[in-house]
Amino acid sequence: MATNPSIQEQLNPRLSYRKKLGSVVYFLLLAAVLVGIVSLIVLLARILFEGIPWLSWHFISDYPSRFPERAGLKSALFGTLWIMGLVAAFTIPIGVGAAVYLEEYSPKNWFSNIIEVNISNLAGVPSIVYGLLGLALFVQWMAIGRTVLAGALTLTLLVLPIIILASREAIRGVPDAYRQAGYALGADQWQVVRRIVLPSALPGILTGTILALSRAIGEAAPVIAISALVYLTFVPTDPLDRFTVLPIQIYTWVSRPQDEFRGLAAAGIIVLLVILLSMNAIAIYLRNKYQQRSRE
Amino acid sequence: MVQSQQESETLEPVAGQSQSDENVLAARNLSVWYGNFRAVRDINLDVKRNSVLALIGPSGCGKSTLLRCFNRMNDLVLNSRVEGQIIYNGTDLYAPSTDSTEVRARVGMVFQKPNPFPKTIFENVAFGLRVNGFKGNLQEAVERSLRQSALWEEVKDRLNSSALELSGGQQQRLCIARALAVEPEVILMDEPCSALDPVATLAIEDLIRQLVAKYTIIIVTHNMQQAARVSHETAFLMVGEDRAGYLVEMDATDKIFTNPSHEQTEAYITGRFS
Amino acid sequence: MASGDILHPSSGFETAEILATERRKRRRRTKIQGKLVKWFFISCALVSVLTTIGIVVSLIVQAWDFFIEVSVWEFITGTRWTPLLKPQSFGVLPLVVGTLLVSSLAAAVALPVGLATAVYMAEYAPEKLRRIIKPVLEVLAGIPTVVYGYFALTFVTPLLQGVIPNLIVFNALSAGLVMGIMIIPMISSLSEDAMIAVPRSLREAAYALGATKFEVARKVVVPAALSGIVAAFILGISRAIGETMLVTIAAGSTPRMTFNPIEGIQAMTAFIVQLSLGETPHGSLEYNTIFAVGILLFAMTLLMNLLGFWVVRRWRMKY
Repeated sequence: MATNPSIQEQLNPRLSYRKKLGSVVYFLLLAAVLVGIVSLIVLLARILFEGIPWLSWHFISDYPSRFPERAGLKSALFGTLWIMGLVAAFTIPIGVGAAVYLEEYSPKNWFSNIIEVNISNLAGVPSIVYGLLGLALFVQWMAIGRTVLAGALTLTLLVLPIIILASREAIRGVPDAYRQAGYALGADQWQVVRRIVLPSALPGILTGTILALSRAIGEAAPVIAISALVYLTFVPTDPLDRFTVLPIQIYTWVSRPQDEFRGLAAAGIIVLLVILLSMNAIAIYLRNKYQQRSRE
Repeated sequence: MVQSQQESETLEPVAGQSQSDENVLAARNLSVWYGNFRAVRDINLDVKRNSVLALIGPSGCGKSTLLRCFNRMNDLVLNSRVEGQIIYNGTDLYAPSTDSTEVRARVGMVFQKPNPFPKTIFENVAFGLRVNGFKGNLQEAVERSLRQSALWEEVKDRLNSSALELSGGQQQRLCIARALAVEPEVILMDEPCSALDPVATLAIEDLIRQLVAKYTIIIVTHNMQQAARVSHETAFLMVGEDRAGYLVEMDATDKIFTNPSHEQTEAYITGRFS
Repeated sequence: MASGDILHPSSGFETAEILATERRKRRRRTKIQGKLVKWFFISCALVSVLTTIGIVVSLIVQAWDFFIEVSVWEFITGTRWTPLLKPQSFGVLPLVVGTLLVSSLAAAVALPVGLATAVYMAEYAPEKLRRIIKPVLEVLAGIPTVVYGYFALTFVTPLLQGVIPNLIVFNALSAGLVMGIMIIPMISSLSEDAMIAVPRSLREAAYALGATKFEVARKVVVPAALSGIVAAFILGISRAIGETMLVTIAAGSTPRMTFNPIEGIQAMTAFIVQLSLGETPHGSLEYNTIFAVGILLFAMTLLMNLLGFWVVRRWRMKY
């Protein structure tokens, strides 16, 4: 035994090489992380640089025009607000309802299984396909026409998986002990859901709702399929009016060759991003507040 | 028991009127199944009015399962099934026409871990009253329950602060107050002190001794001393060879702890196995 | 029994008596209410199933007229796509090739960068840095695709033209690179989730044997999380295939069978937008092409998504 070299002596850990390799890799990984961060910074800087000169009150309050210096995005802005309101009104009850059913009511059987697989699949369907669905189903078969309502219904279907998944997660986070305590006091299932589960899951549901809405108002492709027309000089006054939205207005400006219109596009992007980022900020605020409370 | 069922036709059986009225609850040939697995089998026992019954036995003997039959909490478990009867004041709690939520309003429950809702102290106690359609004076009812659970003095100035800010022992007394608010006749306690420190545990035990003047209490406990301290009667359960829990014996607590009829009971109580 | 379902409180329980009376009064109402509510919830859940059925039915019905005039075989094997020009030709392959070209470029950027980001976030990043990077990536994921289109066309393309002088304005390269940046957050966050799910004990076991941090990541964490990472790749590419505005704005509108990234192409999605915006009358053969292309697009992404789920289910490690 003593004559044989010990296992330890036979090892060749090459520690310094491995450590060097480790630090090289570390910097490669860091560089990869920076790709995303730098891209975001460059993108935002570029947009601000190009867009800020075009921002003014009349840009918000005027309709589009052939003349860049007179063009504004009033019709698109109001269209986006309409879409936001209608989509919220449709998705919140349906999305939360579906989530409550899946988490609180549905027995674990083939039916709930199908719904579950189906929802994850829907989340991966390209948005333009929803546009084609809306075009066929709402615009043509239901004869709603190329209206705000048709656009909102289409986007509702598009963001439904997002809000369902987020609400389910929020509902799943409600401790079972709360439900048990509720039942033990003689509450029925609906009372437990309404008085305990939904209030406790509310912050998570709200966060999911906001994220879903911000997805909806950033989408251009499905709305192009629905609305087609992209040059409007009026503001929709009821759900059966024609409409356009910010991303489409931005798209029309981007696709013009003149530099002035590119500047307008950048300015339009600033308006859109301000709306989106403030929605995100609200969502993050809600989430942090909720996390703090649940940690107590 | 047959007699008791007949008597239940009168609306309000009065305590102490006859032999059967001594018992507020009774289990008759009770078995519980989870799918193909029988968790407890053939339980027969009577629970005397205004007494504390302790359920003891090794882990997995079905104490908690049995306890949860008395307010039909087992209904909430998927694939669970109950055979036999639970008689409450002459009515079978598992009769098809009995509403499980009504059962739970009549037989309250306190859980292993304190589980106040993330609401205010007041709203926690008021919850059962609200869901059961209480139209009387909510303030009074909440105060009465908090006094009964010996918590009033500690929380009367902060009824509107979150229940989650209370200490563990206070939370558990709040949960007791919450259960008391709807005036159940029976309160089930599933190891109510297992998550509490010794001081809070003693406070709960004191409370149990006071509550028994009005209520009937069934308590599951792992703690022999606790069973000896608070209960009048003790039921000892064991796991059978088929892994189903069964009742070995039930008797006055003094007798179980000093002179049990079964060897297994003695072995368990003296700590020879657990 | 007076009424089998009434539980009688004993005397001395006044509140209980009041509650029992109230409950009896409300019983019918609460029962009906509970049932209605349940049916409402079920119908909400059904909306999602109906959406899928709606997609399939509407695409097939609308594309039916198209496939009466143009055979499926001609559609999927033809190499010329000129539905709006004479002579008309309906071979979808140029669109498919355009889509695949842009998606491959995106994958070439996003797979390595996304995976590396995930490894850094899951294994290296100190908590403070994580709290900065995570929201940045979330913002990146939340930026509308039309913005990426603007970025590709007005910034990345001119930049690339500085390096590749004969690069035309609308080209697959710029769109592909920017699309890569766009799907980094998706790939990194899904992969990171998979890596975080790898139990600590596995890492500790490797550390205890003298492995360095990189070795733990490469030999323990990544293999253990492989199914999740592969699924993230597949879902990311599926997302790239379905992406619309970016390719519409930056990659051009000339269907071309080419794998040369510096040329202009047309992606499937971009064609659908082009035709939606045009003056093509409803119901015409040209108009129905968008539904035919839509079916193909839906089928491609569906297959990839199902493959992704299958990978996760089939290869998931049981810890």
